[in-house]
Amino acid sequence: MWSFFHKLGSPRWFYQISGRFLPWISVTAVSLLVVGTIWGLAFAPEDFKQGNSYRIMFVHVPTAMVALVGYYVMAAAGAVSLIWRMKMADVVMRSCAPIGAAMTFLALLSGAIWGKPTWGTWWVWDARITSMLVLLFLYLGVIALYEAYDNKVAAGRACAVLSLVGMVNIPIIYKSVDWWYSLHQPASIKLTEESTIHSSMLQPLLFTAAGFYLFYATALLLYIRAELVFREQNTRWVRDLALGKRD
Amino acid sequence: MPMHPQRKQRLMLVAFIVVFTSVAIGLMLYALRGNINLFYPPAEIAAGKVPQGASIRAGGMVVPGSVQRGTDDLSVTFRVTDYQAELVVSYSGILPDLFAEGEGIVAAGVLDEQGVLQATEVLAKHDENYMPPEVADALAQSAEASSTDYGQGKTPE
Amino acid sequence: MYFDSFAAFLHMDGHGVFVWSVYGSAVLVMSLLSYLPLKRKKSTLAALASTLESCALSNSSESH
Repeated sequence: MWSFFHKLGSPRWFYQISGRFLPWISVTAVSLLVVGTIWGLAFAPEDFKQGNSYRIMFVHVPTAMVALVGYYVMAAAGAVSLIWRMKMADVVMRSCAPIGAAMTFLALLSGAIWGKPTWGTWWVWDARITSMLVLLFLYLGVIALYEAYDNKVAAGRACAVLSLVGMVNIPIIYKSVDWWYSLHQPASIKLTEESTIHSSMLQPLLFTAAGFYLFYATALLLYIRAELVFREQNTRWVRDLALGKRD
Repeated sequence: MPMHPQRKQRLMLVAFIVVFTSVAIGLMLYALRGNINLFYPPAEIAAGKVPQGASIRAGGMVVPGSVQRGTDDLSVTFRVTDYQAELVVSYSGILPDLFAEGEGIVAAGVLDEQGVLQATEVLAKHDENYMPPEVADALAQSAEASSTDYGQGKTPE
Repeated sequence: MYFDSFAAFLHMDGHGVFVWSVYGSAVLVMSLLSYLPLKRKKSTLAALASTLESCALSNSSESH
């Protein structure tokens, strides 16, 4: 366990092992996304009330889920880098921010586009949507804070504290539709009871959801690898990599 | 497993940050809980908890059979209910596609002296149920056969 | 397929604009998320290679 932890902390080891897994993860992600999307767009039946506009769900729900889970990944990496001063954790935390921001943006955008034909408005300041906007600002805040510092060690610590503080927002987003009256409906996929989505619509959603999770993993690895190469420029293995020597 | 005292200290710091902000934000949300609601249910409006003349939002289910449309314009009046009280809403404009009797809505506007909400915006609030039309028909038929409840959009399962 | 024709599939009873713009923006954002880190890594390595090569060149010319 500890040797694995230490290996994980080695940039060179991480670069090599992630390079081996990347093709598999990315190909699986794209296949799941393609199958789920075609299924959801062309083969799933329309909804009894919303008609075809509900097909936005196959993008909206997974991006929102990944945006929330991705924040926990970022905050956990931040905690590890604060406590153990592990360089790899700092790289992971920094790499999480742009992907999380992009996923949150997609969730908000698809929600707005879905809201127009169903609710009759693009935007409403209800608890769910506002707390999701706060999540976008938290992600953007981490990116901006990191760029604002010249000393990248101090930048990493400030970002880790910010992501830990912002963690309180995640359960608020999740439970907002149950705690307060909001325009957004409660969750349809439930862990403890039967989901309120018919199985013909739930199945493609599970495909796109799995696809988005693996896409998140792919993008995260790509960002981590780019950051590693940038930070380790002065090491032998990156120089060999640059000169095209097999590592 | 022994832990380096300095790391332990940092771990405590991280735990403190998380717990402190959670408690602080939690208390704040608890204090603000009424204000975070997007809309008032009709029961609270009937109880006089809502200021007259101020811009508010009210939400509930459109009472079946209560929708009356104007003959020559887009005006419409209907009642919304939360099963405890009812509220009359008057609105003039285009209603969203999902507006229907027995469906949830949120209306924004001002309460007049008669306790009627003069709405400037009506939004449809859909629920968490998704199913194909055939399934919905079948469910409606079986529900009709078993009971004649308030015909709302919840699944009878 | 659930739809009767390809035109119906694109139109989606008037909701096509909404649905397709969501899927279009998702494809765009996700392509950017994959392309940007790859480009960054490539340009870092290229810049590093050119400085290393120029160093090596200047070193070898000095030694002659």
